[in-house]
Amino acid sequence: MKNIVRHHLFWPTAILFSLLLFNFVYSPDFFSIVVREGKLYGSLIDILNFGAPLMLVSIGMTLVIATKGIDLSVGSIVAIAGALSCLLVSKGSDQNALSLVLSAMGLALLLSLLLGVWNGILVAKAGIQPIIATLILMVAGRGVAQLITSGQIITVNSEKYAFIGTGALASLPVSIFVVLIVLAIAILFTRKSAMGLFIESVGSNPEASRLSGIRSKMVLLIVYVFCGLCAGIAGLLVSSNVSSADGNNAGLWYELDAILAVVIGGTSLNGGRFYLIGTIIGALMIQTLTTTIYMIGIPPEITLVVKACVVLVVCLIQSETFRKALIQRWKTRNYPAEREVTTNVNQ
Amino acid sequence: MGQQPVLEMRGIHKQFPGVKALSNVDFRLFAGEVHALMGENGAGKSTLIKVLTGVYSIDQGSVKLAGEAVHLKSPLEAQNAGISTVYQEVNLCTNLTVAENIFIGREPKRFGRIQWKEMNRSAEKLLKERMQLDIDVTLPLHAYSVAIQQLIAIARALNISAKVLILDEPTSSLDANEVAQLFGIIRKLKAEGLAILFVTHFLDQVYEVSDRITILRNGNLIGEYMASELPKLELVSLMIGKDLNQLEQLPTKSTSDKFRHNEMIAEAKGASRTGGIEPFDLQIRKGEVVGLAGLLGSGRTETARLFFGADSLDQGSISIKGSKESVDSPRKAINQGVAFCSENRKLEGILDDLTVRENIIVALQSTRGWHKPISRKKQNEIAEHYIKLLNINPPSADHLIKNLSGGNQQKVLLARWLLTEPKLLILDEPTRGIDVGAKAEIQRLVLDLSEDGVSVLFISSELEEVLRVSHRIAVLRDRRKIKEISDEEMTEHNIMKTIAGGEA
Repeated sequence: MKNIVRHHLFWPTAILFSLLLFNFVYSPDFFSIVVREGKLYGSLIDILNFGAPLMLVSIGMTLVIATKGIDLSVGSIVAIAGALSCLLVSKGSDQNALSLVLSAMGLALLLSLLLGVWNGILVAKAGIQPIIATLILMVAGRGVAQLITSGQIITVNSEKYAFIGTGALASLPVSIFVVLIVLAIAILFTRKSAMGLFIESVGSNPEASRLSGIRSKMVLLIVYVFCGLCAGIAGLLVSSNVSSADGNNAGLWYELDAILAVVIGGTSLNGGRFYLIGTIIGALMIQTLTTTIYMIGIPPEITLVVKACVVLVVCLIQSETFRKALIQRWKTRNYPAEREVTTNVNQ
Repeated sequence: MGQQPVLEMRGIHKQFPGVKALSNVDFRLFAGEVHALMGENGAGKSTLIKVLTGVYSIDQGSVKLAGEAVHLKSPLEAQNAGISTVYQEVNLCTNLTVAENIFIGREPKRFGRIQWKEMNRSAEKLLKERMQLDIDVTLPLHAYSVAIQQLIAIARALNISAKVLILDEPTSSLDANEVAQLFGIIRKLKAEGLAILFVTHFLDQVYEVSDRITILRNGNLIGEYMASELPKLELVSLMIGKDLNQLEQLPTKSTSDKFRHNEMIAEAKGASRTGGIEPFDLQIRKGEVVGLAGLLGSGRTETARLFFGADSLDQGSISIKGSKESVDSPRKAINQGVAFCSENRKLEGILDDLTVRENIIVALQSTRGWHKPISRKKQNEIAEHYIKLLNINPPSADHLIKNLSGGNQQKVLLARWLLTEPKLLILDEPTRGIDVGAKAEIQRLVLDLSEDGVSVLFISSELEEVLRVSHRIAVLRDRRKIKEISDEEMTEHNIMKTIAGGEA
């Protein structure tokens, strides 16, 4: 039992389940899933489908944060990738041509990869602090997205393009499979090769890593490129889901939700150990929370406040220091003099 | 002594998950005396200090300060009660100025504004009067050497403390002059009636300043002795719990002649780095242990870093056998068979969030590249092997390295580099902050490696140790290589004279 509680996935999972439980009590049909036209429908499916872009962005963000970095530009990359692919598709003579859709997507992904390279160079080669380096693209990227869309919302009319965002495979939304594939690649890439060790080692102590012969700069470049690519894929999902690209609002605040998902998943902003599965659970939790808030009909003007409160509670539960302090307080409730400072204890 | 102790700890118990760190330990401290706390790594010295200063809670036992029971619940409370501590690793903020570091949290204020001028002036005065240190206090702390930083840390503690001063390994990064300076200050404070608790691994220093000695072993109290009544050999055998004679016997080493015909492993020609070391030549042959002697700041570490490519050369070249290229990055150096154990374990050695196993394999893995991972099974075998070989404690590959004691972290780092099977192993202060037993183990390891044909560049502040393991010694002074000494000239006296510049 103690081992279960101590497992790094325990708290994120517990929080996710309690949110689901709340929904179940509040409205029992939350869990109902129906089949219509060979597709599954229901709140749970919606959470997976709408949460897909966030999960993708968070996967990339996890690796960046593991190197003690941060990528604020992911939201902008989501917008840029969506804008470029929609623009290319909308310019085509036959919007349903598979080759057009694929090449539009390919070019959009190539662009997001280059944007990742840009971030990586600023951080690794120019030595700019990650928060500043990526802030540049976060701000400028919105402008670039607007430029691509000429300030308009570009709509496309292509079933093929809409497939990854709205289509179904084996009755499940395609987006889920996209997430699973990216997640599998990320896990294989980090855990079956030595890249995970290098990332954690750079995040834990960059100088010691350099002296151990690790090419720290290369590792940094790779994680930012991977993060950019993940954000690009997320951008395709977002624009495909609504068959349009909105340079202004697509992917807005994704960076913050993604950072939150990573932290809830147990990866520390101080770098070092990272947990991809934890991140996925964190992202699902955030999406569930958003869905829940809409479902129970909280007035739109206070949804953000409610969300913030829940997030605060979640972060407190996640914090080991806070839990220990709470336990300590309870244990010594009758002996205030014995209340020791336990926060400094490493154990 | 009829006098009442300033500080009295009785029957202290402290348990960590899985470890009994202290069991039934008593400790007393009298005003106007220096009391040395001795024991090997993991004997419980640090835990006792942390318990005393409120960092850790006490499971059982009592603490009396000036006859009154106290429950210190945080370092701040301990400080307010008159107990100040200077830890082994300097824990000040290196990016703040010297004055800010001294007065942090207690800045002189008027109307809520910090009186910068006044603060700088008092910092300057404090350092000059109490530490005989005349430095610019408005520079950031990192502008000064670790030794000066340590003195500043002590100055800060002195400025706060009233009754009890705890010095945890204060001399581990000081050179002989600075140690003498510190001891002068300690004696002065002692005369003023301060009670000083002193932890060190240097036995000579214990006898130089201490009046009383308390010995711990494995979390148990072994005894309290007057320093004048306890012979050094007995102290050591009490600390490690076995006879020291066997440790003293290291294999006798042969003269430098033996290596004259061996192949060259590393050669520096006119190598230099501005602000680091003036141009120097140095040759290291197969199986040879070359010692670097000199005071702190004489360019020892800088020389070592050049051999590893950790810093780039400004002039000259350093070549490693079997490669035409000069070493210009750690990565290249490692690939050419060079390994470097830095003196700065915390910043340049350990990967603190990772396990012992990962810390051991990381250098080997990086030479293999990311796409050729070492299998988990192989990793475990490697880790188990080195844990056994080097006696790493706790003997578990999956412990986080940050939870190990300093000496054991050092052994893990040694394992990291031994695993890469280097031709040239550079050891920069490998025994700093390590207990006697582990020290002898590491010294023997160096000689064994040399027998196996590994060349070693050995740096240590302890001259005796350098003499013990080296076949040849290069002496440095003021960032310049002065002389190479070998064979019968290799005596402590000779080297001291060279370091001090007492000869032509």
